[in-house]
Parts: sequence; structure tokens; C-alpha cells
Amino acid sequence: MKVKLDRDLCQAHGVCASEAPEVFELDEESGELVLLQEQPPQDLRSKVELAVKYCPTRALLLEEA
Amino acid sequence: MSSATPASVASPAATQTPAPAARGSDPPKLSGGLPWLGHLLELRRRPIALMQRVRDECGEIGEFNLAGHRVVLLTGEEGNEAFFRASDEQLDQAAAYPFMKPIFGAGVVFDAPPEQRKQALRNRSLRDKFMRGHAQVIADETERMLAGWGEEGEIDLLDFFAELTIYTSSACLLGKEFREELTPEFATQYHELERGTDAIAYVNPYLPLPSFRKRDQARRRLVEMIVGIIEQRKAEGRKPNDLLQVLTSLYHDGGRPRYTPDEITGIFISMMFAGHHTTSGTAAWTLIELLRNPVYMDRVVAELEQIYADGVDVSYQALREIPELENVIKETLRLHPPLIIVLRKVMYDFHYKRWTVPAGKLVAASIAVSNRMPECFPDPERFDPERYRPGRQEDQRVFAWIPFGGGRHRCIGAAFAIMQLKAIFSILLRRYSFEMLQPSESYRNDHSKMVVQLVQPCRVRYRRRA
Repeated sequence: MKVKLDRDLCQAHGVCASEAPEVFELDEESGELVLLQEQPPQDLRSKVELAVKYCPTRALLLEEA
Repeated sequence: MSSATPASVASPAATQTPAPAARGSDPPKLSGGLPWLGHLLELRRRPIALMQRVRDECGEIGEFNLAGHRVVLLTGEEGNEAFFRASDEQLDQAAAYPFMKPIFGAGVVFDAPPEQRKQALRNRSLRDKFMRGHAQVIADETERMLAGWGEEGEIDLLDFFAELTIYTSSACLLGKEFREELTPEFATQYHELERGTDAIAYVNPYLPLPSFRKRDQARRRLVEMIVGIIEQRKAEGRKPNDLLQVLTSLYHDGGRPRYTPDEITGIFISMMFAGHHTTSGTAAWTLIELLRNPVYMDRVVAELEQIYADGVDVSYQALREIPELENVIKETLRLHPPLIIVLRKVMYDFHYKRWTVPAGKLVAASIAVSNRMPECFPDPERFDPERYRPGRQEDQRVFAWIPFGGGRHRCIGAAFAIMQLKAIFSILLRRYSFEMLQPSESYRNDHSKMVVQLVQPCRVRYRRRA
């Protein structure tokens, strides 16, 4: 699976970083979201799905690679 | 939020690339309108009908006239997407809202350069990690309001929810200490600001009208009150962990304060502005729709009873799923969006399909019209929370269901607002039952100002549940 982040939509609320800290990180300095791994392993799937589901701006998309 | 985003994966629509494009045709113009004033009076009287008329007469793009300001209204999913995906540099918010400038004040938000605006609007207090704390504050504030209610009585929905949301938004966004210093006068003055948003501001926001004079007096008084709090903190050496402290501790490289007290006051007014009348109105309409649709009232109350049966905290649950209530809130937002139109000023030619909107005109998207497009929302006038169940999910059409706008300027407080409504109703509906005190159709919005509010009276009776 592949995570896609639409930076036009991202407002750095950090919900994804709470749901899946292994994959998303909020850079406190720049205030921007950092995608730590674009293709997270399968065992993180449920966490990543929650991150996508609860993104307040729907800036995340999960694609099957 | 930055304009240079190399990692962007969704390439912006071709319509908004700044590269020179062949000039398209002028958008069709709406019929009617008075000499000079154009459609201004129609906008002040029946704004949603005016916007719908643009779509019916002109199609997905059409122009109307606000006292010389040419406004090109885009409707439909494609038009909305082009509008919401365009950059700040091309479509600017500041010049599009002349009625807000006297409210926010000089140098603040819409009167500040874009870079400074981004800085000011990057609101840390809306980050996810603060939400649990906010939920607790909202639950506490709701309990405080109910503390004096007794067994039964009557409330005016506008008065009640406007007061509650002054407390919640100030406590969450500006700090609990600030909230504790609020007097009834603060809510009254704030209300005068909201009432000072007459669209006649498109002629001139400083005309000597009673509502504008009251607006300016109210702002001066709010500045005094907020400056008083800043100075009191300094005098006592208190440094609470809140936005006021962050803003007062920012300095330019030379050591000069980043924001003056007057600018901070303006930022505060602006931050509360976005979350106040919007949440207040949505809360009132949620209750009205539940009273109009008792089947859903019963379902939501049953859902809340079940969820909270084992003593779970409201502050915990408000951040989790409450499906029946959430669907009711979504449907309320669709039918009664607190903002009915959003506007931008065109900074350089905006191309959409075969049309061109030249620099200098305004472009607009209509939330009220979009949320009732029958091709996206079958039987659009019907209150039907089932639209959002798995399989239908009509809110997933992100450029049709747009109560929070869309794109890079989608309401930054959307998640906060939904959480707040869930927290408020988790308490309200389990403690009390409600009934209408006036005919159902007499609960309606006053559209004579750009800030939409319920027409008063809008009274209901409450009775403590057994």
C-alpha cells in the first residue's frame, strides 16, 4: 500500500500523527506534516486506514501499490 | 500551506495554471438589478434565491453586480473545485470581504500581507493533540450553563447558544483565564460586531449607518477589555500556556514585538469570529431539526443513552464516533450552512473552461446552492441523515457537500466544530427534553446581514428528563 498526501489540502492538524506516528510526523518548527514512509508495511495498515479516515481535510489517500 | 509544494501529488486543475492562456469569453450576466446598486438589495433581501437564480439563468458560471463590484458565481462540483483549488496569489480573500475589515481592524488578517496572514492563521490550538483538553472544557462549559436551569423553563436558542459558544471558543482558543474575565457585556458587544456585517459595506464599510456606528463602538470596547487582560498578565507576571502568550512572546529580529496589542485584539476577534456564530447557529439548527424530526430525536437520544451507559467521559466520546448524531449534524449543516457564500478577489486572470474572469472582479462559490444540488443530493429539500450512511455517503463528494468550504482554505476548525457539537448535545439531550414554543416554520434565518443569524424570537421549552 502507498500513502499519498495532498499538500494543497493538508492543514497540519496532526490527526494522522496521532493515529499512525510510525508513518506521519508533525514538524513543530515548520508546522508542516512529514511523511516518514510512503509505503508502510502491512502491519500498519489498520493504523494508516484510521489516519486516512479521520483526516479533517481529507488530504490523505491510500493506494494499493 | 506554503505555495511551493514540490511533493504535491494531486496536480492542480489546468484551469488555474498561471501560464498565459488564450482569453476566454465573458461569463453570462444575470438579468435584473438596479442602476448603480445592481443586485445589492436583492442580496440583502433574498441572497439564496439570488444565487440560485444565477445558476438557473446563467448555468455553472454567471455574473451579478454588487454596487459596481462584479461577482462571478461558480456553481456545480467542477466550478467549486476550480474555485477552492486556486492559489491565494490568484484568488485573494482580503479584498473580497470589505465588511470584515472594520471588524478585524487595521493591519490584521484581511488587512495584513499574505505571509503575515498565514503566520497568524496557523492556529496551534486546533492541533489534534489539544482536542481532548478542548472537549473537557466544552463539557464543563455546557454543564455550567445548565447549572441554573432547574426542572423546566424556556430559552431563546440564539441567546443560549451564542452565549455558550462565546465561553467555549474563548476558553479553548484564547485561554481559560481570558474566558473567566468575560462579562455579559463581552457577549453583547460581540453580537454588535456580528450585526455590523451589512452587505451595504460593498458600497462603503464606513457609511454613517447605525449598525456600522454600533459596530465601531463595540470594537473599541472589546479592544479595551482585551488589552486590559494582556496588561494584567504582564503586571502579575503570569504566563499561561495559551495563544495570547504565544502572540505576545513573538518578536522581530530587532527585538520589536511581532504584534501590537491592537493587532492581537484583532486576531482574537477574527479567531472567535470564525468559530462563534457558525457553531452557535449550527447548534440551534441541530436542535430545531431534531424537534421537527422526532424519529431522529428518539434515535439520537437512544444512541447517547447506550454510549454513555457505562459512564464513559464526554471528553473522550466527543472525539469518537457517535454515528446517528453525526449524521444529523451533517444534514443540518447541509440544509442550514452558517456561511452561504464565499468570495475571492481575482488578482490575475482566472480561466475556467471557455470563460475568463479578468483581474479585479470577484469570484464566488455558493455553499447554500451547492448543498442543495439535486444531482448530488437526491430530494435535496428533505431532511435525511441517511444520506451519510455507508453506501451513500453523500458528504464524500467533497466539492458538492461544502458546508466547511474546500481545498486549502477548508475551514481549519471543522474537526473542532463537530467535536464541540457532539460534546454539547451529549450533555444537553441526555439531561433535558425539548419542545417548540412557536410554529415550526417560524424558526428561520435572518439573511439581511452577511453573518446569518436566527430570527428572534426562537424559543423552546426544556424539561429535565426523569
